[in-house]
Amino acid sequence: MELGLDVDDARPPYTVVRVQGEVDVYTAPRLRETLLELVNEGKRQIVIDLGGVEFLDSTGLGVLVGGLKRVRSHEGDLRLVCTQSRILKVFEITGLTTVFSIFDSVDAATAA
Amino acid sequence: MILALELAVPAGPEFIAVVRLVVSSLASARRNLADQRVDDLKLAVSEACTNAIEAQLASGNGEPVVIRVLEAEERIEVQVLDHGGGFDVDTLPGHPPVTDPDRLNFERGLGIPLIRTLVDYLEFDGRPGGTLVRMVVFGGPADDHSDETSEILRTVLIEDSSPADKP
Repeated sequence: MELGLDVDDARPPYTVVRVQGEVDVYTAPRLRETLLELVNEGKRQIVIDLGGVEFLDSTGLGVLVGGLKRVRSHEGDLRLVCTQSRILKVFEITGLTTVFSIFDSVDAATAA
Repeated sequence: MILALELAVPAGPEFIAVVRLVVSSLASARRNLADQRVDDLKLAVSEACTNAIEAQLASGNGEPVVIRVLEAEERIEVQVLDHGGGFDVDTLPGHPPVTDPDRLNFERGLGIPLIRTLVDYLEFDGRPGGTLVRMVVFGGPADDHSDETSEILRTVLIEDSSPADKP
């Protein structure tokens, strides 16, 4: 099982990370590494597009929470793009919809 | 309760996707469940397997993790059995509320609260030789959940207890 990760810098100051596939304890470390690299490269405004995610579990949530914490410690922000009810539900159950800014499109997330 | 499936997988995180796929396909094909309820079970099973595999890797025990699917007329039960160190679910620390900035310090520990919300019945039997997790999903959600689709299905299931292999 492969996790697709596509990093796009075409919308400065935002860096858009498109995630595809299933995010679980096996694949989440790749997402964590990607987010760490971006923060280390000085990226502070990160948008994670979950539109291609078919499955997300608590390990994936943990990685996103960790990413948000890291960018916030550098006065940055991490925004999510998600419209799928099955993925949104995981954020709702855990109360994380109030922690993350969740948008319905990359355009909306990267609008000033 | 009739055993529908038993899987023994090595304690490696790469096998969880297979378990998810098999259990959710079986639930979808054999039970009269809304897609959303199959997704709930899929996530719950994945979380339980993650905990089982992590517990077993931590203990160094090389035995497989066992997943059983049992069926009864009105419910499907998934059991996940590991041979790790066992744990007491009552001693798990809670998280700060989401409004607390300290909430961002907690990247782990979301799995069991998720399972609790997703399934209709959950039981942990943690012993020194491992942990058995039992997760049950009825045709619809538990009474304290309000989901219209599943409520309708639940009513239908109660009124019509014919075999679940109808389209």
